[in-house]
Amino acid sequence: MTVVQTSSVADREASWLGRLGMIEILFWVAMAAGGFLLPEHLVLLSQILIAGLFALSLDLLLGYAGIASLGHAAFFGIGAYAAGLLAKAGVSEPLTGLVLSAALAGAADLLCSLIVARLSGIAMLTVTLGIAMLLYELMNRASDFSGGDNGLQGVAMSPLLGLFPFDFYGHTGFWYCFVVTLAGYCGLRRLVRSPFGLALAAIRENVRRVPALGIPVRRRVMTAFTISAVIAGAAGALLTDTTQFVALEVLSFDRSAAALIMVIFGGAGTLIGSLLGAATYLVARDELAAINPTYWYFWLGLMLVGVVLFGRGGLMGWIDNLWRMFRKGRGGGE
Amino acid sequence: MLADFINIVLSGVALGMLLFLITGGLSVVMGLMGFANMAHGSFAMLGGYICAALVNDLAWPFLLALPAAAVATAAVGAVLERLIFCRLYQIAELEQVLLTVGLVFMSVAMANYVFGSVPVTVPLPHFLSGAAEFAFFDLAIYQLFLIGFGGVLIAAMVLGIQRTNFGAKIRAAVDNRRMTTSCGVNVDRLFMLAFALGTGLAGLGGALSVNLLGLDPVFPLRYLVLMLLVVVVGGLGSVHGTLIAALLLGVGDVVGKYYVHEAGAFFIYAIPVVVLLIRPIGLFGRR
Repeated sequence: MTVVQTSSVADREASWLGRLGMIEILFWVAMAAGGFLLPEHLVLLSQILIAGLFALSLDLLLGYAGIASLGHAAFFGIGAYAAGLLAKAGVSEPLTGLVLSAALAGAADLLCSLIVARLSGIAMLTVTLGIAMLLYELMNRASDFSGGDNGLQGVAMSPLLGLFPFDFYGHTGFWYCFVVTLAGYCGLRRLVRSPFGLALAAIRENVRRVPALGIPVRRRVMTAFTISAVIAGAAGALLTDTTQFVALEVLSFDRSAAALIMVIFGGAGTLIGSLLGAATYLVARDELAAINPTYWYFWLGLMLVGVVLFGRGGLMGWIDNLWRMFRKGRGGGE
Repeated sequence: MLADFINIVLSGVALGMLLFLITGGLSVVMGLMGFANMAHGSFAMLGGYICAALVNDLAWPFLLALPAAAVATAAVGAVLERLIFCRLYQIAELEQVLLTVGLVFMSVAMANYVFGSVPVTVPLPHFLSGAAEFAFFDLAIYQLFLIGFGGVLIAAMVLGIQRTNFGAKIRAAVDNRRMTTSCGVNVDRLFMLAFALGTGLAGLGGALSVNLLGLDPVFPLRYLVLMLLVVVVGGLGSVHGTLIAALLLGVGDVVGKYYVHEAGAFFIYAIPVVVLLIRPIGLFGRR
């Protein structure tokens, strides 16, 4: 059993590098090209990178450790609010603020995972959701501190690293998001191939057998939660830095649900799928909300239903299948 | 001071009764089929809209519109169970949650399309509105009505589950589904009936709550978390657990909001986190 699983992981790694590595390169080249060629869409592209980084953080939990969270926006929101409040308190250099905010989100999650890592199934989904709603309600109520429903206004960021001021067209913002998300992506890509990443996959595949391998399940899960929250917090801080504003929406249930859609639609457990999912989701939202913003919820719901019913493996799964068919058609062996 | 306190606790109890009516069915569904139905609140919304339409547009008396709303919602629930929900029992938990959350989003947009985005109210008959004077304090009659009506329904439900043949089958199926099937009980049909009953109760709860919780298209989304919390705090499949959780959260919410005004809905989320920290399976959960 164990042997079979190890080899299947190895197979996946090989197929990943062989086939999907191309898609990774394509995505990042396309993004960089977009930064140069689509100056009027820089804001949307930055949003895709931010949502993508957030989705990546969830993919580490969902796709690798097999842990579902319905309230991941809590840590995105902590990062966003922390960056905004730090800027107002005088730490207005974006990168410093981002690192501090991400660390704060990680610390908060370490605390939460003391509770959450003990639960499973519906109880875990409920408690993660409950924690996010609790934070939402706190920020909604503490309006002196957070601006409440009006959002946190008057966030002024100083130039990035003291060199690059944020411009009206979003050039600095875009490249800042690009570099941070790329760094997060490379870090995660490395992490999921490390013994730690393999331990998470083992926990997903068979949680009862993992202790027999000498892997402490609870500690690995808590570490995964914390790393995931650090990245989610960094994504939230990116949003604050580039928009110079924090809306209460950063903590909303919609945001947690959207991240789940991105991960599952893109293909959980593939990392790059989360980025593709974020791009697809945000472009679709732009187009559909342009038709009629009131009924956007209908399309969002339909996407969720469709993703579950037809989305086995998500985008990356479909690409993988197409590739296999193509290879078979040409008569090439594997 | 004391009068205030009694008033507040009674409004909390009334809110708890409503929560129980709306979530009682969900608890059975989740316990019986392990089916996490986030769309349960949409049925409560449907019941509320049916009741409002009957009273406002067709001038039905309120007390007649209530059972009509419950029956209509139960019928819709039974049909949807056969068409959609019965296909979802086998899929993984997270997928159930995502899919039914998707249905909630769709129901929000559809309610917006059909009923408009403006909150709807139902005028109460004279004998249910106003306040009743007691020795030294006043009580809202509608809250007393809710507590009385809810109490009767809850008693009927608990007795139904404890004493009737149908209730015994449900309890058996929650405990051990395969064994129940092999005793010759048609669990699929049992489940459809339980589902319809649960959605009917939710519809009734929705109709009763129109003036208390407010009714607009985002109703199922706004109360989704709360419903889920009630069920999980009570323990899956335990009817009296759900009742106690609903009362605990209802009273906790109203008392918390009154005495710590700034906290808002804080308590309603804090109580479950504390309870689940101590008992991860809920107050009366098994396993």
